[in-house]
Amino acid sequence: MSQPASTAIPVTVLTGYLGAGKTTLLNRILSEDHGKKYAVIVNEFGEIGIDNDLVVDTDEEIFEMNNGCICCTVRGDLIRILEGLMKRKGRFDAVLIETTGLADPAPVAQTFFMDDDVRAKTRLDAIVTVVDAKNLMARIEDSPEAEDQVAFADVILLNKVDLVSAEELATVKAEILAINPQARIVETERCAVDLGEVLDRGAFDLDRILLVEPEFLTADHHHHDESVKSISLEAGDMEPEPFFAWINKATQEQGPNIRRMKGIIAFKGDPERYVVQGVHMIVEGNHQRDWKPGEERRTRLVFIGRDLDFAALKAGFEACKAG
Amino acid sequence: MPTIDPRTFDAYVVACGFLGEAAVFALGDGALRVVLGEMDPTFAAHDGGILAARLSADGRSILTSGDDGRVVRTDAMGSSETLIEKKGKWLDQLAEGPNGAIATAAGRTAWVRLPDGTIKEFVHDKAVGGVAFFPKGLRLAVATTDKAVLHWVNASGAPVDLPWKGAHTGITTSPDGKFLVTTMQEPALHGWRVDDMKHMRMTGYPQKVKSISWSAKGRFLATSGANASILWPFLSKDGPMGKAPLELGPRERIVTAVACHPSEDVVAIGWDDGMILAVRFGDSAEVLLRKGDDAPISALAWDAAGVRLAFGGETGAAGIVDIRK
Repeated sequence: MSQPASTAIPVTVLTGYLGAGKTTLLNRILSEDHGKKYAVIVNEFGEIGIDNDLVVDTDEEIFEMNNGCICCTVRGDLIRILEGLMKRKGRFDAVLIETTGLADPAPVAQTFFMDDDVRAKTRLDAIVTVVDAKNLMARIEDSPEAEDQVAFADVILLNKVDLVSAEELATVKAEILAINPQARIVETERCAVDLGEVLDRGAFDLDRILLVEPEFLTADHHHHDESVKSISLEAGDMEPEPFFAWINKATQEQGPNIRRMKGIIAFKGDPERYVVQGVHMIVEGNHQRDWKPGEERRTRLVFIGRDLDFAALKAGFEACKAG
Repeated sequence: MPTIDPRTFDAYVVACGFLGEAAVFALGDGALRVVLGEMDPTFAAHDGGILAARLSADGRSILTSGDDGRVVRTDAMGSSETLIEKKGKWLDQLAEGPNGAIATAAGRTAWVRLPDGTIKEFVHDKAVGGVAFFPKGLRLAVATTDKAVLHWVNASGAPVDLPWKGAHTGITTSPDGKFLVTTMQEPALHGWRVDDMKHMRMTGYPQKVKSISWSAKGRFLATSGANASILWPFLSKDGPMGKAPLELGPRERIVTAVACHPSEDVVAIGWDDGMILAVRFGDSAEVLLRKGDDAPISALAWDAAGVRLAFGGETGAAGIVDIRK
């Protein structure tokens, strides 16, 4: 029973490794005069320079749901804090959650799908990952968490672009796109960004799901051997029954490796676009809107994940094509 | 016919109750409203929001805990005292034990304030989901992840763990102290018979159980979280094991709050559409106390005589039902 977007409180998750500029962004959001009030959930209390009675300090508390799904972890502390915040509805317009530098974004995101109360009263707006142009390559090299934070992101704030050459910047961008071609990359200096680029993105809103066309990557960029990659699958019309059976099976089998999944599906004989999205094993889908006259009925599905079995995903997908 | 004295407050009603003739409502914005006749003065109990509230055992004051890190006792005249202060902590749990001992918690730590003002600290390795006292002997029960924990407040020695996998989000002890029951993140309750730690699983709910209430003499435990109020029988020494619960007031809505009558076998049931029913255990006879047409009921409480029922909702709709008129 998720609520209409108008009454559900939007929640933005800010991730990023230490030193990337996460706190700078948070302080900017809190100090800028945008007419909105934020409740902020942080892990390191001292860092916020803004006096705000709705800053909540918390210890990340991750537990597994008792539902037999090994990757269905949620943040218990968030469930409690959001429940408490809902008793003060009206005092704030939106919630920001800052994770620790080494945090896996999955339990935070999954909390918004797995807990009924949280789901009924809030909506996950977007995962925003702050990275810095100078250190991202090294961080990805030495920390799987940094790579995962890029993989989960809807928006990547590529910070400190003034500290690198044009060539280095191009390399970093290519690296980000190699891991997550669906993220929106926003280049900044000292997190000076139009907050509209970061807030109210509706990235998990099925009505607003869209897929970014993959950018052409030139071959002369040196790529790290990333273990997180994406696969983009394309087809025309699909058969609904085999498709649902396959996507459920694929996300069960490869769920622990999947970070994000998004797709727009053209079902045979269906005048409406069907959209799906997922985090690990959690998948949700719905009809979105009619295919427009002249719009090509094209199915596209993107998986971002670690050590995904691309061949199996592709074969399974192909088998659902309408004949 | 019952009559309603309706009130509209501008915040979430966290809890309500009666201080003698006056009804008191603890609100999410940190205020207390005391309703007596035509008057309903506001007292600012907390500098911030109230996260938990309950009437004191003697019925003369209301205890509140808030995100300002304080536990406060306030009487019907609005005079108040701070009982516990833990700066910067969200105190979201509250219990009162024998002799006026008070327990609260934030994050992984629970605190007990003894009647002489001494404060004892109990640290856990996971977050505290609930605190409750046993009726005798100053023993604190704590709900946490994968277990409940029992602490003797005044004695040294290791706490007793009662393992059960999952996140326990609330806890209660039966009035005779023989049973311990937790609410869980999963839509279920878990119970232990304290004598031998025998497990009791109470499952089948469509939603999390967030409101529970013991009936007179602890014969039944009434619960929210389903399309009826589910009442588990605790009449025998085995508790509810192997017995079917009562399902009272079934509707196509979800029960959000329950309050058992202080002396009769009757439960007041609040729903997610704002409706309130009173239902008798024996024959399931129902009386409509409030029509449902607005927000979920978040608080329900009878007065000591069992003739008035205070209620409040998530958007501040509140009132007092008088069943005598």
